[in-house]
Amino acid sequence: MALNKESNGFTFGFAIVLVVVLGVILASLAEGLKPLKEKNVRVKKQIDILSAMMDVEKEGIDRSNAIEEFPKYVDLSEAVILNNVGEEVSKGKAAFEVDIKKEYRDKNLKEEDKKFPLFIARDKEKNTRYIIPVVGKGLWGPIWGYICLEEDMKTILGVSFDHKTETPGLGAEINKPFFMDRWKDSEISDSLGNFQKYEVVKDNSGSAYPSKVDGITGGTITSKGVEEMVNRSLQIYSNYFKNLNSK
Amino acid sequence: MSADKKSSEPLFSKKNKKLITDPLTDNNPVTIQVLGICSALAITVQVNQAIVMSMSVLFVIIMGNWIVSMLRNLIPSRIRIIVQLLVVASLVIIVDQVLAAFLPDLSAKLSVFVGLIITNCIIMGRLEAFAMANKPWPSILDGFGNGLGYGAILILVAVFRELFGSGTLMGFPIFGNALPGEESGLYAMGYQNNNLMILPPMALIIVGVIIWVQRSRNKALIEEH
Repeated sequence: MALNKESNGFTFGFAIVLVVVLGVILASLAEGLKPLKEKNVRVKKQIDILSAMMDVEKEGIDRSNAIEEFPKYVDLSEAVILNNVGEEVSKGKAAFEVDIKKEYRDKNLKEEDKKFPLFIARDKEKNTRYIIPVVGKGLWGPIWGYICLEEDMKTILGVSFDHKTETPGLGAEINKPFFMDRWKDSEISDSLGNFQKYEVVKDNSGSAYPSKVDGITGGTITSKGVEEMVNRSLQIYSNYFKNLNSK
Repeated sequence: MSADKKSSEPLFSKKNKKLITDPLTDNNPVTIQVLGICSALAITVQVNQAIVMSMSVLFVIIMGNWIVSMLRNLIPSRIRIIVQLLVVASLVIIVDQVLAAFLPDLSAKLSVFVGLIITNCIIMGRLEAFAMANKPWPSILDGFGNGLGYGAILILVAVFRELFGSGTLMGFPIFGNALPGEESGLYAMGYQNNNLMILPPMALIIVGVIIWVQRSRNKALIEEH
């Protein structure tokens, strides 16, 4: 080979060509797949919201039909956006577009500028349901979920939690039914409408107390993250419900 | 295994077959070369995830070996590690992007593993030790063999950990129902899952036991110090 492979020129040239080629491949792949990925994210959000309220699998709702099914249960024009003390800021479709994960991470955003959406849904029997999105920190990355309240605005009907990178088999179990079912039927506020804090416990005593939930063995930090996430968010929404009820 | 092998050699010659079978037995990347231990520790709590991780690593190691082997005569030796890293990282990103667009549910499940593949020493090890010095076809076979050897250990460890830690295999209950109040099967007789199995140190202990069993069966593997 006439080319001197070990010369500085060749080394630089090779590096530049390789990086450009790989960069173009990766960038065009990412751009080309963007619309598909964005649609996937929207659909996933719709399914997550619904799954806090009902068994989406049983109802036959999946990625293929979520876009048609979602409006049957959730009327986005009724949705509300709250501020960080639970006062209504605006109403309407914009609530679905609020990216609470992004706002939660954004350190430059002032607390009072953060938006907290509340979705109002009807189940098959036309009972009103309130669906609250929550977001927090697990051990390795973000955790999030939706909490569905019954008509009384305080009893938890169901939750759907999910995570990005929690440890499989340990913290990652927060999105499994056995853990999410532990939240059912607990109440977020007392008879006066005052918020009561949840506690995720290790000693298996969760089922005996209305505001205690059993954590996951080996997933303590993730469980504590869920506790912090639920308490921080529900505090805001319980204020809103309290004012709504006293009006 | 020299680079000037004749191209008329059959695709699955004895030498080439050895490339696949060696890493499965006496040259296993995990138990003999002791590479890729970190991921063996992180994702062997459930068999399902071990299988998916094995498949992802298999794909990346085969493609990586193939690409690096084709470029081997061009890569300047001073930056070869960086080039290998770039190839592996790009492959991993491609896998990640394609999964996110077409199989979003699987992609969400994989999340952490896909990123972990880059850090898997087996891949870089094979690129550096084999693909840099061999033709594309043997390199593909070498990648396939090492990927399988890694996967076999991963799944074996996961079987032990899931069976004794959670009482299930691939999510299906084996020993009966463990839910308090409705125990059945072994649990009704007082059997309990071993929580230590779920915790990371147990993966190292199991890998250690596998190494011990393997070396006591084949004394040639024992290093002399």
